[in-house]
Amino acid sequence: MAPEKIVLRFSAETVKQPIIYSLAKEYDLVANILKASINPHQEGTMVLELTGERYEEGIRFLKQQGITVHPLAQEVRRNEEKCTHCGNCTAHCPTRALSIERPSMEVKFNEDECILCLMCVKICPVHAMEVKI
Amino acid sequence: MSVERTYKEINERIKAGKAVVLTAEEVIGKVREQGISRTAKEVDVVTTGTFSPMCSSGVFLNFGHTKPRMRMSKVWLNNVSAYAGIAAVDAFLGATELPEQDPANSDYPGEFRYGGGHVIEDLVAGKAVNLKATSYGTDCYPRTELETTITLEKINEAILFNPRNAYQNYNCAVNLTERTIYTYMGALKPNLGNASYSTSGQLSPLLKDPYFKTIGIGTRIFLGGGIGYVAWNGTQHFPGFMKDKEGKDLTASGGTLAVIGDLKQMSSRWLVGTSYLGYGATLTVGIGLPIPILNEEILEYAAKSDEELYAPIVDYGDAYPNLKSMDLGYASYAQLKTGSIKVRGQEVPTSPVSSYVRAREIAATLKNWIQKGEFLLGEPSQLLPGPEQGLKGKSLT
Repeated sequence: MAPEKIVLRFSAETVKQPIIYSLAKEYDLVANILKASINPHQEGTMVLELTGERYEEGIRFLKQQGITVHPLAQEVRRNEEKCTHCGNCTAHCPTRALSIERPSMEVKFNEDECILCLMCVKICPVHAMEVKI
Repeated sequence: MSVERTYKEINERIKAGKAVVLTAEEVIGKVREQGISRTAKEVDVVTTGTFSPMCSSGVFLNFGHTKPRMRMSKVWLNNVSAYAGIAAVDAFLGATELPEQDPANSDYPGEFRYGGGHVIEDLVAGKAVNLKATSYGTDCYPRTELETTITLEKINEAILFNPRNAYQNYNCAVNLTERTIYTYMGALKPNLGNASYSTSGQLSPLLKDPYFKTIGIGTRIFLGGGIGYVAWNGTQHFPGFMKDKEGKDLTASGGTLAVIGDLKQMSSRWLVGTSYLGYGATLTVGIGLPIPILNEEILEYAAKSDEELYAPIVDYGDAYPNLKSMDLGYASYAQLKTGSIKVRGQEVPTSPVSSYVRAREIAATLKNWIQKGEFLLGEPSQLLPGPEQGLKGKSLT
């Protein structure tokens, strides 16, 4: 069975759970962590490859814990024409890939910092953040 | 002798290409450098700008008559209902109206990817829009059904009329509850996870004329990329001042504008369909007002900086929805713009919902129009009510 690449998002409340241990022990899944980070507000994001017969059960378990799970996108892009530089996304970007430059107040998008959590795609009021799957 | 100017004198200088115009950002530095009196002698006009979601926006449309004629009792544009309870082939499309069968918040938080504001953006962008209409049929208007395609160019009139825009000041929204909430100020994370603010602060039109000494019916403005007018005070126009702990005036708040203009002149860069996750659809509107420097006092207010202008911090988890009062203090726009404020001793990251970048561009565009002599000041037929009138909001029981 080919490994599935997925993105997990943790709130400050769920971030402390030892989920990799549970996935391995309870569901017999092999996890390969590609990227993981916790921001200053204790919100976590993890990108991992997950393999095993009981994959679906494992995903259900994660969701029950209040962890957001979605497939890894290839790329998030900003549509420069559409972006109005309102800045609303910046509060929700866990790695500050989207940030406000001061004093110009322009919104900068540093693609190298983007971990494809897709929060900006959901949040952007003018749908300027686009995803390629 | 302190300076006194009239609208007529300023317009003469604009026509002669001699008017001195600064943006509300530029004038702050000028006043710091050389003081109020000297700056007032030099500067004729200060331009302001704001680019923000403004839900109380919409457009009156007249489609032209069909053959045979139709009264159009119900109208939809790209499946979004427009109010047609007025004369034949007239309708009003509101910015927050959702398409028929939109799931709204039934799958919480709803996406609200399309709505009245998006139809307005599509029209302004010159895109073809589907028009559907039904009618009960009369002797003079026999047709009962219609489906066709319109463009902005093909219809008779499209008059943007926004009953409540350009809020003078706005809350800085936070969330004291333990779950994420979805509001018109964006998503707010639990336990003071973030703070969301609006208005362009030192560039914001009504913060720069708190006593409404220059803004009134007929004030000519930048609206949606074209030229518009202040039509009236906005709904819920209750201008006043927030007080500091000593009871002194802190910052103006409560004023609003009703604005009007020809949609056909406007641009989709300045009227943008907007969606708030879990809240709804709306329209982001670009507005800029020129403030004529008639005297030193008007300049003094027009030159207020982000350090001197404050927004009230409000809990959108409980206090706002349940109309409870709770004092979380104030934050200056200068603090808000640093990206972090302190609320109840906690560091809270801030982010705006209105674009300061675009607000600055509006103020600069308006300045440019005036300098080139393309835009004359409109002298108000009547000024809007100011804080001295003591207008207060009523609530329903």
